[in-house]
Amino acid sequence: MGLIEPFLEFSFLRRALVGGIALALSAPPLGVFLVQRRLSLIGDALGHAILPGVAVGAALFGLSLVAMSGGGLIAGLAVMLAAGLAARGGAMREDASLAGFYLVSLALGVALVSWGPAQLDLLELLFGSVLAVDDAALLLMASTATVTLVSLAVIWRPLVIETFDAGFLRAQGGRGAMWHLWFLALVVLNLVAAFQALGTLMAVGLMMLPAVAARFVSPSLSGQVVASVAIATLAVVAGLTLSVQADVATGPAIVLCAGALWLALLVVGPEASLLARRVRRPHLAR
Amino acid sequence: MTPPPLVLDNLTVAFSRHPAVHHLSGRFAPGSMTAVVGPNGAGKTTLLRALIGELQPESGRIDRGGLAPSAIGYLPQAAALDRSFPLACAEVAAMGMWRAAGPFRALSAAERERIGEALAAVGLRGFAARPIATLSAGQFQRLLFARLLLQDAPVLLLDEPFNAIDSRTTADLVRMLRRWHGEGRTIIAVLHDLELVRAEFPDTLLLAREPIAWGRTAEALTAETLFRARLMAEAWDETAEPCRNNEAAPRRAA
Repeated sequence: MGLIEPFLEFSFLRRALVGGIALALSAPPLGVFLVQRRLSLIGDALGHAILPGVAVGAALFGLSLVAMSGGGLIAGLAVMLAAGLAARGGAMREDASLAGFYLVSLALGVALVSWGPAQLDLLELLFGSVLAVDDAALLLMASTATVTLVSLAVIWRPLVIETFDAGFLRAQGGRGAMWHLWFLALVVLNLVAAFQALGTLMAVGLMMLPAVAARFVSPSLSGQVVASVAIATLAVVAGLTLSVQADVATGPAIVLCAGALWLALLVVGPEASLLARRVRRPHLAR
Repeated sequence: MTPPPLVLDNLTVAFSRHPAVHHLSGRFAPGSMTAVVGPNGAGKTTLLRALIGELQPESGRIDRGGLAPSAIGYLPQAAALDRSFPLACAEVAAMGMWRAAGPFRALSAAERERIGEALAAVGLRGFAARPIATLSAGQFQRLLFARLLLQDAPVLLLDEPFNAIDSRTTADLVRMLRRWHGEGRTIIAVLHDLELVRAEFPDTLLLAREPIAWGRTAEALTAETLFRARLMAEAWDETAEPCRNNEAAPRRAA
């Protein structure tokens, strides 16, 4: 079987490809900002946090995408808002407050899944099934990508300033909380859109691995955003192909490809990689 | 540029009930240039943070004469920023345009030119596209001065702006302060270098939680006042009673 024929033959593969590319366009730029905020693990936390919402949605309205995504979105936003407000109020650091809220949310989710309808497969929730992407899921991913990219373009300036120097923006009366929460809401939205295809855990991989890899490609923030999208797109295409050819589960295959790209760039990337640090070029005259 | 006076009326700012600035009254006159001097833990940074509205007074009040706290330029101690952040120097300096440009408006050609001029004014000509990760500590401090310059604020607060900076850079940045002073802006700077204070700052507030002296620098910084400032106990007194001097506090029934 060739590399391209399966995509021509099976419509579910084409759908998975389009959905994956939509996610690859929107999630990694958010990851770049999370890395800069030293919140690389927040995606993981939020990914877990949406679980109880998904479970409640499924328990109340059955295994429909709308119910589960809606529930996930509500749970994710609630945890994010609670953690964000607790941190902004100065009660505790953002990572600590998030850890607290997401752990409670995760435990609640697992409890609900075990107690609710038996057909809800926890493994599928955590690791997804990209080949089951239907039209509704595809629409959700495409809309998410659109909302995310437009939002990022709109809030780029305040978000960059807030990320670099939150105190400065606050002193300037820049309503830092609004941009901060808007950004976190986008993170939640992306994780929810990705959970059906990739699962809540693998969705984080597509968000963070290309973002971490991008720092070995470009020294500028905008350069890293572009690089992260390119890396993620490559990972989606390669991962789907790998999944078809080698019969590996699709979500992990995509994330593994992203991980392989990250490791490769870590070693030989043009910027600050292990190789770039070792290459000795003659120093300049001045 | 005539900023309003900043008036402190019996100001107390406290952390966990322990006062960091205690019963401070006085006035920063429009266009004055005041050094805030005192031992570690004397409440100098706390005073600046209260002035920009980041800390609320425990009692007493701050009258900014109608000036919005956000119109005050504030240069905090630089250590808190991530200097490996992937931004170019011009981008960091341009943040000073926030109040003029807001979150969305594109910068005009004239404004972009002002960014270049600000970088040149602090001795960073040609640094516009340089990533800030490549700057030394002193160059980064110059960059923050460029950002402050672009804020074009009538009142400027600086917290230990010359720490870990070589003498040439300090001289350059002091020249910038003098220029702002000449333009009629009010300048308040926390400093430790008493020689610099005596040479450059007309007024001094000597703070040791409570004001020790506030006035012309020569009169505020004498052997006697400095000795009294050193007597301040840095540690919190865990057995301290509520302050009797505080009208706002509930009095004990006689």
